[in-house]
Amino acid sequence: MGRAQQERLMSDVNLSTPALSWGRFGRRTGGLFGGGNWGWSLFTILVALLVATPVLVVLAHVFVPTGEVWTHLSQTVLPRYISNSLWLMLGVGVGTLVIGVGTAWAVTMCRFPGVRQFEWALLLPLAVPAYVIAYTYTGLMDFAGPIQSTIRAVFGFQTAREYWFPRIRSLEGAIAMMTLVLYPYVYMLSRAAFLEQSVCVLEASRTLGCGPWRAFRSVALPLARPAIVAGVALALMEALNDFGTVQYFAVDTFTTGIYRTWLGLREPAAAAQLGAVLMLFVFALVLLERLSRRQARYHHTTNRYRSLPRYHLKGWKAALAFIGCFLPVFLGFLFPGGALLLWSFETGPVMIDARFFSLAWNSFILSSVAAVVAVLVALLLAYGQRLHASPASKLAVRIASMGYAVPGSVIAVGIMVPLVWTDNTIDAWMRATFGISTGLLMTGTIGALIFAYLVRFLAVSFNTVEASLSKVTFSMEAASRTLGHGPLATLRRVHVPVIRSSILTAAVLVFVDVMKELPATLIMRPFNFDTLAIRTFALAGDERLREAAPSALAIVLVGIIPVVLLSRIIAKSRPGDAQ
Amino acid sequence: MKETRIVLDGTAPVTEGEGLVLDDVGHSYGGRVVVDGVSLAVEPGELVCLLGPSGCGKTTTLRIAAGLERPETGRVMLNRRVVSQGQGGVHIPPEDRNVGFLFQDYALFPHLSVFDNVAFGLRHWPVAERRQRIHEVLVQVGMEAYASAYPHMLSGGQQQRIALARALAPGPRLMLLDEPFSGLDSRLRDQVRDQTLHVLKEAGVSTLMVTHDPEEAMFMADRIALMRDGRIVQLGRPVDLYCNPVEAFVANFFGEVNRITGKVRGGEVETPFGRLSAPGLGEGAEAEILIRPEALFLSPAEGDEGDGAAKVVASRLLGRSSLVHLCVGDAQGAHLHLHSRMPGRFLPAEDEIMKVRLDRGQCFVFPAQKG
Repeated sequence: MGRAQQERLMSDVNLSTPALSWGRFGRRTGGLFGGGNWGWSLFTILVALLVATPVLVVLAHVFVPTGEVWTHLSQTVLPRYISNSLWLMLGVGVGTLVIGVGTAWAVTMCRFPGVRQFEWALLLPLAVPAYVIAYTYTGLMDFAGPIQSTIRAVFGFQTAREYWFPRIRSLEGAIAMMTLVLYPYVYMLSRAAFLEQSVCVLEASRTLGCGPWRAFRSVALPLARPAIVAGVALALMEALNDFGTVQYFAVDTFTTGIYRTWLGLREPAAAAQLGAVLMLFVFALVLLERLSRRQARYHHTTNRYRSLPRYHLKGWKAALAFIGCFLPVFLGFLFPGGALLLWSFETGPVMIDARFFSLAWNSFILSSVAAVVAVLVALLLAYGQRLHASPASKLAVRIASMGYAVPGSVIAVGIMVPLVWTDNTIDAWMRATFGISTGLLMTGTIGALIFAYLVRFLAVSFNTVEASLSKVTFSMEAASRTLGHGPLATLRRVHVPVIRSSILTAAVLVFVDVMKELPATLIMRPFNFDTLAIRTFALAGDERLREAAPSALAIVLVGIIPVVLLSRIIAKSRPGDAQ
Repeated sequence: MKETRIVLDGTAPVTEGEGLVLDDVGHSYGGRVVVDGVSLAVEPGELVCLLGPSGCGKTTTLRIAAGLERPETGRVMLNRRVVSQGQGGVHIPPEDRNVGFLFQDYALFPHLSVFDNVAFGLRHWPVAERRQRIHEVLVQVGMEAYASAYPHMLSGGQQQRIALARALAPGPRLMLLDEPFSGLDSRLRDQVRDQTLHVLKEAGVSTLMVTHDPEEAMFMADRIALMRDGRIVQLGRPVDLYCNPVEAFVANFFGEVNRITGKVRGGEVETPFGRLSAPGLGEGAEAEILIRPEALFLSPAEGDEGDGAAKVVASRLLGRSSLVHLCVGDAQGAHLHLHSRMPGRFLPAEDEIMKVRLDRGQCFVFPAQKG
């Protein structure tokens, strides 16, 4: 017993170097099997180009002269767009970082009452789209809402001037709303990173005299940094992309500006140019994420895991941890969810009809198909990159995964413009040659919509899958190859099973995102093809917040199922920790 | 333990072109030459060690043999078939070479049980035969009781054995071992090393192994290829490298040596313990003389303090041998500090005068290095 343990410890220590040296090899050769993988490279570039097309179309509009419109925009609204967007990013970034990492560390490393429940409950706000929580809090907190009514009734106030109450429809309100529903991105990725950390590393830090806080700060946090930065980058991209909340709160950002310029002013080129400016912010975020990941290319130095030793929290510490975990769940899910539930009881009997169920089915199918497609493409791209990374394919992949932060409406333009052009060209050719009119073949089809989702959400699946591929060491890959498995068989039999939990994570992330997606669906959906999100948006826009509750609640409920699944998978993904 | 006959002298009959042949193989990373014209043949059933300091290109050579790396120049042949030929030529990918690779970190698949890890290379085998084979190799490495365990439940030594079984299971024509024992602590290493040698010899598979440890290479190898800066410095049986090194580097690599210098006079060089012949060195050339500590055999001096005597500075028992630090006056009257290694317990007192007998078979004379 004693000897076996000693032997184990010794080999743990010794094992750490080879994994790193293999990593070094892979980098030095620019791919594992230098040369002879042109098929992969070609595939990578082709897919990336296809996915990048809408973004490129948008960026190309920078060179389209728009004259006075642009001058007008830059003199009037542009400074406001920029400052609002920056404040939004700062607020949401700090908020999601603190809440996400703090709660992830607490539930992974500590033991306090309710911790098992918080592990999954903290993901629940992910099911609530920012615009839904914004509508709900507005309904609850505006002048006619229950809270202010109660205050007035209790204190006998007549008008809003007689007392102070936070204005929900403001920049601060938007930051609060988005933080509450976006922190789970940071929570989820950093928790997965904490779980994947070798217990030996943490124990080693304990034996070197680190207390819980120091172990967290100097070992766990740096090791998890790539995942944390990826999570914050995701949350910020979401914040930059948001349309429903800022539009409803009348906080002018790029997205509302683009929408207004395009639909209101009928200036697609100027709208696309605003989009291009927005891309600068996105470039900064992507660069940040990339740089931090390059500096921290950790392979797991051991594949031995044991149950994590948790810190037992007692007394005020336990209470603090409990409150710290409870508040995000309550404010981000329970409170607005409860309100939606009450309102749904009120308006449900009228609103829930056969049409409602067909909308739900539409949403489900769209999301599932998009999730499967996005994960497959991401997996092949990430794996192809690992096998054979040329500078060209690297650039292509980067561009392709930029679509995530491009507002849905702009992506829609980027797809619609070339699609309409192609359809018209084919139609003209068919009429000239065969005298048949084919009309619009691709524009306004489900396929085009799925393509838009792929463009928009490829970064979600790609980031997750790519980050997790580092779990497969280069020598594991080489072992599979020498044991007679080709690149595809290796992907199927080694990478996919090892990173299974990350693949499912990626799929669920895309699923939920598509469920909530609004602007692209609004523009690109086939004629008479509605989803729950569109109905919610339409009803809330008419200030029929209570009537919007059933469809909003449905979005939230459907979002919960994969969130629960996801939580279970993450908990199980740790080898050796399975029940 | 099973009785196995091990051929350690590499004199087994050679079939022309069988096994692995590296023919003038060269490779570089980003302009830096890592492997520089390496030619080497591993005969069927033979175990060849690539030995050398870190960064000498031994691991890259191994990866080229596996097909994990594509050589820029030269040819690689496996059982008379060309499997790699420079850039642009043939390149059989690793999965089609039927080679077994044992990794430094074992590279077991964490999501698969021991059974499934071993089964990984046998996917095209009929189910019954596959089971049979898995059982066979697990018995061979003494791990049959662990078929359903997962890698994280095993110790380092056990993981190594599973990795060996996994690599051997498909019956490869060539086994490639990359520092396979460096992850084990020293006590366990001897045991696992011995067992691995028996398993490999029993399987009769050609093996190319990489190590930086000369003792390990001598323990395992039929022949050793000592590498430096991407080139093979000397290739031969362990006894050749140890007893007939072609360069000071080779003699030095196999353990600590005493270095003294001298001038060639009449085809010989002077040492404090007598003259050594200096073949191939011109009259008056500066020579470097390497004397292994075990070549200095000590016995108590019987009064005389003439040629071949030394004063003891310190003596230490190291276990199987004793190390005696000596002070000797050389021809010029300067003092030399030399080490002598004597078998068993041999601990003369400090300042004692010892008579030194020189074993000329363990002394090597080379032209002195410039600078």
